[in-house]
Amino acid sequence: MLSPIDISALALRLAKLDEVKGRSLWADARLRFMRNKAAVAGVILLLLCAGFAAFGQLISPYSYDYIDFNIMGHAAEMGAPSWAKGYYFGIDDQGRDLFARVAMGTRISLWVGVIGTAISVLAGTLYGAVSGYVGGRTDSLMMRLVDVLLSIPFMFVLILLLVMFGKSLTVLFMGIGFLSWPAMARIVRGQTLTLKSREFIEAAQATGVPALRIILRHIVPNLLGIVVVYATLLVPDIILTESFISFLGLGVQEPQTSLGELISEGAKTMRYGTLWQLAFPMGFFMATMFGFYFVGDGLRDALDPKDR
Amino acid sequence: MIAYIFKRLLVAIPTLLALIVISFLMMHAAPGGPFTQEKQLPAQVLANLNAKYGLDQPIWVQMGRYVWGVVVHFDFGPSFVYKDRTVNEIIAQGFPVTLSYGMTAFVLAVVVGVTLGVLAAVFQNSWLDYVAVGISIGAQVLPNFVMAPILVLIFTLWLGWLPGGGWEGGDWKHQIMPVIAMATAYMASIARIMRSSMLEVLTLNHIRTARAKGLPTHKVILRHALKPALIPVLSYLGPTFVSMITGSVVIDMFFSTGGIGKFFVDAALNRDYALMMGVTLLVGVLTIIFNLVVDVLYAWIDPKIRF
Repeated sequence: MLSPIDISALALRLAKLDEVKGRSLWADARLRFMRNKAAVAGVILLLLCAGFAAFGQLISPYSYDYIDFNIMGHAAEMGAPSWAKGYYFGIDDQGRDLFARVAMGTRISLWVGVIGTAISVLAGTLYGAVSGYVGGRTDSLMMRLVDVLLSIPFMFVLILLLVMFGKSLTVLFMGIGFLSWPAMARIVRGQTLTLKSREFIEAAQATGVPALRIILRHIVPNLLGIVVVYATLLVPDIILTESFISFLGLGVQEPQTSLGELISEGAKTMRYGTLWQLAFPMGFFMATMFGFYFVGDGLRDALDPKDR
Repeated sequence: MIAYIFKRLLVAIPTLLALIVISFLMMHAAPGGPFTQEKQLPAQVLANLNAKYGLDQPIWVQMGRYVWGVVVHFDFGPSFVYKDRTVNEIIAQGFPVTLSYGMTAFVLAVVVGVTLGVLAAVFQNSWLDYVAVGISIGAQVLPNFVMAPILVLIFTLWLGWLPGGGWEGGDWKHQIMPVIAMATAYMASIARIMRSSMLEVLTLNHIRTARAKGLPTHKVILRHALKPALIPVLSYLGPTFVSMITGSVVIDMFFSTGGIGKFFVDAALNRDYALMMGVTLLVGVLTIIFNLVVDVLYAWIDPKIRF
């Protein structure tokens, strides 16, 4: 015999059985992302690269600037990759352990990519959101400025900056970040224009929320999806820019290094048969780029409402 | 249309002025100058040199003179480092080289990219599609500075077919590797954009109509699908052209082609203000003109766009 209390509990449970569990926008996107094999592979690839960048230094018995004078200048004969000596990736022309150097190069390239993107996203989002929200004359003036900045040859100005203010990581971070925000601003502005006419913004305006607050509390959070997608695609672009600059020898200073500079060194010495100097940095560069492209594409497919 | 082009050119003027002002301020804010050398020059010599090149004047005067010289006499001034040559001469020597392989690379990237993209879309999910998509995904991570060493390794060091550098007045053997190194990554992007846009266009009603009236597939594609599908590619061409010009910096350094990119890097390292300004302005003007050409092409290809 069931007591009345048990029966009512049962009834409650039965009622809950039929209830469909709601899925949030983000949970939905996560599901779509996880189903995308290339995107998941990209995440794994990136985690491996980041892990190598973060911990590679600890695995190697040598530091990135330790010079082995016994094999310095004899990279071709004695510097090939060898487990026994602890030179997993071989040595470079100056007798330094390539494993440690590639780890450092990957680390710097990733840092430049992430910090440059962060600066660009922050500046671009705020600028674009303000421009789109305020509208009218201010908007067209602000966007005209973006047009002007976009038609300035970015790479040339960056090279000028680096030469003028010294080749340092800070200048590189700042330069790349500040030079790549206008494109972001444009995308964000477009999105803000469509958000602006929605009811919840009108409600906020009607209750007298100040403009800046509306932008920060109501507009920016709703831009997050599109910003995340473009940011993921911006990171490889920035890594590419940094590698390009480093390839020319205008990037980070010795003994620090980045992937572009290692590729450039490898390219200079490949005619002596020390191919590992080219292959390892290039491999990590391409793996990182693949990772970001796959993740970026996956995120776009997962978050872009157009493709649903 | 004419009015639109005119308006765009008017907007270009403040852009170029901004470019000049930014570059000028940057160059003068930094310590050191074109005559800073390991061995300190005597103060009198330095003063005379500065006076000769007008570097002793206030920055606004220098800027004004520069703009005046460029606009009125089309004169970018003397080079500070190559003492006996003017910037005009250096650009006239280096730019045709860059333009020559740059244009070939651009045409190659567009033709191959569009063809690959169209084939992949038309034969969607066939082996052809997989090959095309595979190539374009792989080539995406092969920017010029990765592609150039790989090419030299294979074709110069291993096979010995092609010279590893030099220009020889534009001999085709010297052009092959610079062109391919420059074009690969852009070809990949164009193929990807083309494929997805073609897939979208192929589902439209007018394509179904064209098929229904019995047109053969190649005619449907060439007559009805290609033009609308090209629009997204077109908007990618502006930035592509600009980054190809920038990419010439790497190509000129790596293959010693004697193009303008090498001069720019050297100028930057030696603080040759006049040469740097000249090249930066040249690229700025090209950027503006090319973006304008792309926008005009837009109107031609898409009748919905009105200026």
